[in-house]
Amino acid sequence: MACAVSTEFDLDAAWQLAPQVQVRPERFGALLYHFGTRQLSFLKSPALLTVVRGLAAQPSARAACQAADVPDTQLPSYRRALGTLAAAQMICPREVA
Amino acid sequence: MSAGTLPLVEQFSYGLDAPICLTWELTYACNLSCVHCLSSSGRRDPGELSTAQCRAVIDELQRMQVFYVNIGGGEPTVRPDFWALLDYATGHDVGVKFSTNGVKITPAIARRLAGHDYVDVQISLDGATAAVNDAVRGPGSYAVALRAMRHLADAGFAGFKISVVMTRHNAGQLDEFQSLADSFGAQLRLTRLRPSGRGADVWDQLHLTAAQQRKLYDWLVAHGDRVLTGDSFFHLSGYGAALPGLNLCGAGRVVCLIDPVGDVYACPFAIHPAFLAGNVRDPGGFARVWRESELFAGLRQPQSGGACESCAAYGSCRGGCLAAKFFTGLPLDGPDPECVHGHGEHALATADTAAVPRPAGDHSHRTSPRGPVPLTLSRRPPVSECNANPLAGFVPPGR
Repeated sequence: MACAVSTEFDLDAAWQLAPQVQVRPERFGALLYHFGTRQLSFLKSPALLTVVRGLAAQPSARAACQAADVPDTQLPSYRRALGTLAAAQMICPREVA
Repeated sequence: MSAGTLPLVEQFSYGLDAPICLTWELTYACNLSCVHCLSSSGRRDPGELSTAQCRAVIDELQRMQVFYVNIGGGEPTVRPDFWALLDYATGHDVGVKFSTNGVKITPAIARRLAGHDYVDVQISLDGATAAVNDAVRGPGSYAVALRAMRHLADAGFAGFKISVVMTRHNAGQLDEFQSLADSFGAQLRLTRLRPSGRGADVWDQLHLTAAQQRKLYDWLVAHGDRVLTGDSFFHLSGYGAALPGLNLCGAGRVVCLIDPVGDVYACPFAIHPAFLAGNVRDPGGFARVWRESELFAGLRQPQSGGACESCAAYGSCRGGCLAAKFFTGLPLDGPDPECVHGHGEHALATADTAAVPRPAGDHSHRTSPRGPVPLTLSRRPPVSECNANPLAGFVPPGR
């Protein structure tokens, strides 16, 4: 459980999907399952799935949102959604070399 | 989250690419004969899936990304290949939660389970005292369950589940169940009694009274964050605040059952031809049944609330449990038999009891499972190999 839990999600930090998490795409978005905590989470839109999948390849969560064409006006709601995923340990901070 | 998406519960009602909650009953064989068994278990079905067929199902679940299965029975651990199948599943990204009465949980098995990352164990217990439990699950079953719990706790298996079917006789024991769970570092799981399997025969005597339902709801609202319910009390949400969970009948939408012979039913409580979607041995396997069966397609259509639609609580209880309605002879688009606003009682009083569907497939022990029946073999030889006269060899008394 190396994931930090923070109420203020840092859009400018580097993030990734947690190692024990599997993603199953669904019509509405995706299901996430954490084999460590045995918790399910839901991604409520395909766009959010694109963002989450892009996290590991982007220098920051903000960059992952931009790469997924998330309009700036929607950034606050994406930030909330990512914060919820971080609190559930579904995504975690990534060490940047 | 983004504009234009339906609430999640609406999305789920149209079905998913794979189930979230898949129950797989590995065998109908059981050492017990619980009076409320939802699958009428006891005797093994000779057509049970072989080890190779079970592995093929697991391979398919892995491809479908079914993250975990709830394995039950019968008593799944009496299958000689159970532990091997458990290893096979967890080795193929399919986590296992299995329900057991504890009969095979030795100290060695408990240590083995404690070392498993992707295994959860649920010990079934239907009374916080031996008297209440054994009346439903059979003599000695309380002691067996408690022994299994002790072995798990001693092995350091933290957070195993104590799984309780709520009945009229244990409804007053909620705090005792919680204390018992706490004493083992276990988690309490409460589920609803359904009139399914042998449960159909005892439901009238064992299902909760209206007053007990209310107390249970209040207890769940107060303690629900610590307790698992498998989402089984969503009909109680009609009281007011919704309980945690989806509050949706998941049958064929997010839930289904694979039975020991590979038949796929819409839900574990609906073992009846009316809810049979196909078999995992059919061409296309389980995935095709899940994705293409006409029955499941129908369940994923918008459902009519029927008589319930005018009720203010319909938005939260959604008419309750399909199986509970079906096996009590109520229309599927009407109130749950345990409707918290009393509409079920009225419907039951006017239901055609002669037309109530019977659960299919009785695997009950023909005798109580206490070992072989003593037989006295006749040593009298046949009169001849081929004398078909029913009176052959009969000598009337007094001659």
